[in-house]
Amino acid sequence: MSDISETNVPVKLSDAAIRRRMIAEFWFYFRQNRGAVAGLVVFILLVLIAIFAPLLAPHSPTAQYRDLLLVPPIWQEGGREGYILGTDAVGRDILSRLIFGAQYSLFIGIVVVSVALIGGTIIGLIAGFFGGWIDNFIMRVMDIILAFPSLLLALVLVAVLGPGLTNAMIAIAIVYQPHFARLTRAAVMSEQKREYVTAARVSGAGNLRLMFRTILPNCLAPLIVQATLSFSSAVLDSAALGFLGMGARPPAPEWGTMLAEAREFISSAWWVVTFPGLAILISVLAINLMGDGLRDALDPKLKRS
Amino acid sequence: MVRFILTKLLYLIPTFLGITIIAFGLVRILPGDPVLLMAGERGVSPERHAQLTAMLGYDKPLVMQYFSFLGRLFQGDFGNSLSTNKPVLNEFLTLFPATVELGLCAIFLAVIIGVPVGVLAAIKRGSWFDQISMTSALVGFSMPIFWWGLLLIIFFSGYLGWTPVSGRISYMFYFPNVTGFMLIDSLLSDQEGAFKSAVLHLILPAIVLSTIPLAVIARQTRSAMLEVMGEDYVRTARAKGMPRRRVIGVHALRNAMIPVITTIGLQIGVLMAGAILTETIFSWPGIGKWMVDAISSRDYPVVQSGLLLIAILVMVVNLLVDLTYGLINPRIRVK
Amino acid sequence: MKKLLIFASALAMSTAVAEAKTFVYCSEASPEGFDPAPYTAGSTFDAGAHPVYNRLTEFVKGTTEVEPSLAESWDISEDGKEYTFHLRQGVKWHSNDSFTPTRDFNADDVIFSFERQANADHPWHQYIPGLTYEYYSSMSMSELIEKIEKVDDYTVKFTLTEPMAPFLANIAMPFVSIVSKEYADSLEESGNMAALNNAPIGTGPFQFVNYQQDAVIRYKKNPDYWGTAPLIDDLVFAITPDAAVRLQKLKAGECHLMSYPAPADLEAIKADPNLQLDEQAGLNVGYLAYNTTVEPFDNPKVRKALNMAINKEAIIGAVFQGAAEPAKNPLPPTMWSYNDAIEDDPYDPEAAKKMLEDEGVTDLKMQIWAMPVQRPYMPNARRTAELMQEDLSKVGVDVEIVSYEWGEYLSKSMESGREGAVILGWTGDNGDPDNFLSVLLSCASADEGGANRAFWCNEEFSGLLSEATRTTDQEERTKLYEEAQVVFKEEAPWFTIAHSTTYVPMAKGVTGFVISPLGDYVFDTVDIAE
Repeated sequence: MSDISETNVPVKLSDAAIRRRMIAEFWFYFRQNRGAVAGLVVFILLVLIAIFAPLLAPHSPTAQYRDLLLVPPIWQEGGREGYILGTDAVGRDILSRLIFGAQYSLFIGIVVVSVALIGGTIIGLIAGFFGGWIDNFIMRVMDIILAFPSLLLALVLVAVLGPGLTNAMIAIAIVYQPHFARLTRAAVMSEQKREYVTAARVSGAGNLRLMFRTILPNCLAPLIVQATLSFSSAVLDSAALGFLGMGARPPAPEWGTMLAEAREFISSAWWVVTFPGLAILISVLAINLMGDGLRDALDPKLKRS
Repeated sequence: MVRFILTKLLYLIPTFLGITIIAFGLVRILPGDPVLLMAGERGVSPERHAQLTAMLGYDKPLVMQYFSFLGRLFQGDFGNSLSTNKPVLNEFLTLFPATVELGLCAIFLAVIIGVPVGVLAAIKRGSWFDQISMTSALVGFSMPIFWWGLLLIIFFSGYLGWTPVSGRISYMFYFPNVTGFMLIDSLLSDQEGAFKSAVLHLILPAIVLSTIPLAVIARQTRSAMLEVMGEDYVRTARAKGMPRRRVIGVHALRNAMIPVITTIGLQIGVLMAGAILTETIFSWPGIGKWMVDAISSRDYPVVQSGLLLIAILVMVVNLLVDLTYGLINPRIRVK
Repeated sequence: MKKLLIFASALAMSTAVAEAKTFVYCSEASPEGFDPAPYTAGSTFDAGAHPVYNRLTEFVKGTTEVEPSLAESWDISEDGKEYTFHLRQGVKWHSNDSFTPTRDFNADDVIFSFERQANADHPWHQYIPGLTYEYYSSMSMSELIEKIEKVDDYTVKFTLTEPMAPFLANIAMPFVSIVSKEYADSLEESGNMAALNNAPIGTGPFQFVNYQQDAVIRYKKNPDYWGTAPLIDDLVFAITPDAAVRLQKLKAGECHLMSYPAPADLEAIKADPNLQLDEQAGLNVGYLAYNTTVEPFDNPKVRKALNMAINKEAIIGAVFQGAAEPAKNPLPPTMWSYNDAIEDDPYDPEAAKKMLEDEGVTDLKMQIWAMPVQRPYMPNARRTAELMQEDLSKVGVDVEIVSYEWGEYLSKSMESGREGAVILGWTGDNGDPDNFLSVLLSCASADEGGANRAFWCNEEFSGLLSEATRTTDQEERTKLYEEAQVVFKEEAPWFTIAHSTTYVPMAKGVTGFVISPLGDYVFDTVDIAE
């Protein structure tokens, strides 16, 4: 309780100071969650790996060593030095492909979340702000999209748009945006009744300004939480699409696609099957851990308990 | 209450129409031509192509095709599959029990494990049990289940040889299809070992499919319990000296179950998505695999009617969840 | 008491199950239906045409030679246009719960089986709305057969519009399986016409029992089979689309034999003491077809140079895991008239690079199309394309790999003016060279609706082919086809990739299975050692 009364101290602070204080407070709660910190560390590592992939990877992700097909990992009998996690069916170094694959996963997550977030937020703002038949219509459309299982709808959308990474990302973003729209709408509707909105309206703020400058910043917390959730789901779903043959094109080292190509080696070369899946699991787990921490730190209701 | 149900039902009508438009529209803008797919590497002459297209009714204007699709829907005609020529509804109804059986078992597993784990974790908040179970739940929640399924097959079927690899029951057993649920039919058949075989076939797919719902339910139960236990009436009950077990069992658990039930209901959509992957990996003859196959073979009638049937199903389940929610939580009815 | 009885009968059943010899085949796909005429998939023929039905002629097991079946013998007229078939007598039809045959197989059944496909007004042409007879129409049977006459109950005369050397092989194909007219009549009466497709009645070695969609098909031995009776009592198809899962089931003893193992698993299968592995060269070819109508691929020297830049052995190793033979001709080596004298282009990137420079081709950018599906002639087109991409980059050619959904792939690759080279292949239908060369490389098939994806129209080559179909003399035809293959090699419209080997893994103790060059899985001669 004490911390809340503390922030409520009616001292006039500059905007920057408020922001700094909010961040400090956020970090204070976030830091208490050990899992979240671990997730953050892994995630930062992942970002670094993606950025410095060309420096870190021992080999090119597409270079084929024709006389080194399906070499097992280094610790296993038959392993070769320089190919720590072994090679795949055309002699490419798996570790290097996984390292470059991090770029794809992060890229997919960022693109999907941005598209879904921006699209969904705008739609939700419009629905919540204007209400009436516009709201009704938009929400029915969102209901319809949500009535289809996400992966099934994404699958059909990719089939419509044609297989490939870009189209897979678009499809997943379309499937995800209703969640953002609903959240935003709910937040807008509850915020709209607050005094500060009425005050802004009275002082002559336009609709756009009201929507984006006044109301939106105050609904950010649930959106951020939803965004992290969507980030990890996007990585999972794009891998699933890749696994079903609807994802990235060869020779892109996207993890789901690697897994799909490795499927025929399930009983002969465990390493080509195991590592890409493990990479997916670890990165999704890290993001989810981080998301948990974010939610705990941002959600004032849970803070109290 | 009746009014509440009626409003809910009324809302379904435009949603339903929207679903038909999307199911129909998406399928019609699918690139690829079912006629060419039927011909394969061989190719088909332009005349023959036009003839076949006309026969399938794909030469008419889209709007007309849509209305005839809608008209036939109301007569209960969902069209015929292009690859097998059988009525789509028949195929759906034959395969549906397999998916339901798998889904129910997965949900069952998720609930009987997830709820107790969540409650226990909430009660022993911060203990090693809480930490381990919640970490595992998060791992489960982050699991790429198609990979998880492959690993389980490698280990349990390949390495240990404990479970069969795919299918619903051993070919050794053959009995009439009464309910479509292998577990029940095998019991009814009175054949020795049939039930055991059905269970062994079901177990791995059910585990894989239950992974994510289990994680979600465990986490949701824990946080709902924590929230309820912090509420005033629970604190009051504790303060009044009511035994801890009774407080948790009677007050906290019952109230915590409200959001949990919603969560379980919402897992139906997740289950359908999971069924697509699980059925593909385990060759489980259900509607998930059926849809994937239909999409890749451009079986228009199957894709559009399948989408429609699945969406209706999800809609109905969501409605039921809403109603249950309304029943156990009277506050919502006022809204 | 009643309960006891049920228990007793269940007991009787389970002991019967234990004693009967049941053979389980792990198949790769569900059948489209059980009537072989309207469908095209191999899995459909394996489930319908081969166990349940017979044809007038059939292929000798393991070969593409034709032998008598329901037709005991035949006479061909001088001009090669009239075929008179003498039918086998005393052939019994199967029976099921709703149908008991009152007569044996006869000429009416033969005529019915052809007419229902040929004649659009026939009451059985559309017995399920939307049926099409793709094989009958694409093999031009309607144009070829002028009329079919019943001479007497056991003699049928076919009159053709022109002499056609491969006719006897054509009618050995699954789509002209002989179905029972009497059964059809009884179904028409009861109004359940779809049963012809769901509950087939045939003359074949096995009777259809039951099909659980996408899961299991059951057959039992036909006790009255006219040929050699099967050695097993029950035949079960366990439908298992995933190759790795099929292998797991085979290893676990859940099935006795499986189709299409993943090439990667072959080593492990060979090493497994509980399994045996049969192999045979397949009747197929995988190829990369250039578009010979666009620059610079209209220049045979450029095509030759590209062919020399691609390492064929590497593809065979990495994609087929060695389970294939490098292809130098469009015909597979098991086909008669295969020209073994032809030398393949050597793999020589240096020379290739120089050849390209000599032709003034530098900084070439091209597309390679990789099909999205696995086919018997190509286990992984994506990987093949990746290998080609790497090889061609070494001679300065920049390759972009593209792929489309399968149906779209087939249609777009046949659009004239198409950019890029296409990976595709072919599996023989009836063991005649014409079924490869004319279908895939003639001028006629370079048009819309054909399958000549190189759009290669060479007068000399096409002339040799049409001369060969007009001749019935096999030696003469062999010479013509051999010559055609020489033209093909000089002109190089394709990079011929490989002829994949068919591998059939089975449990130790399984005997009598013969691999079909046409890719059929037939079980009338298999047996399991106790």
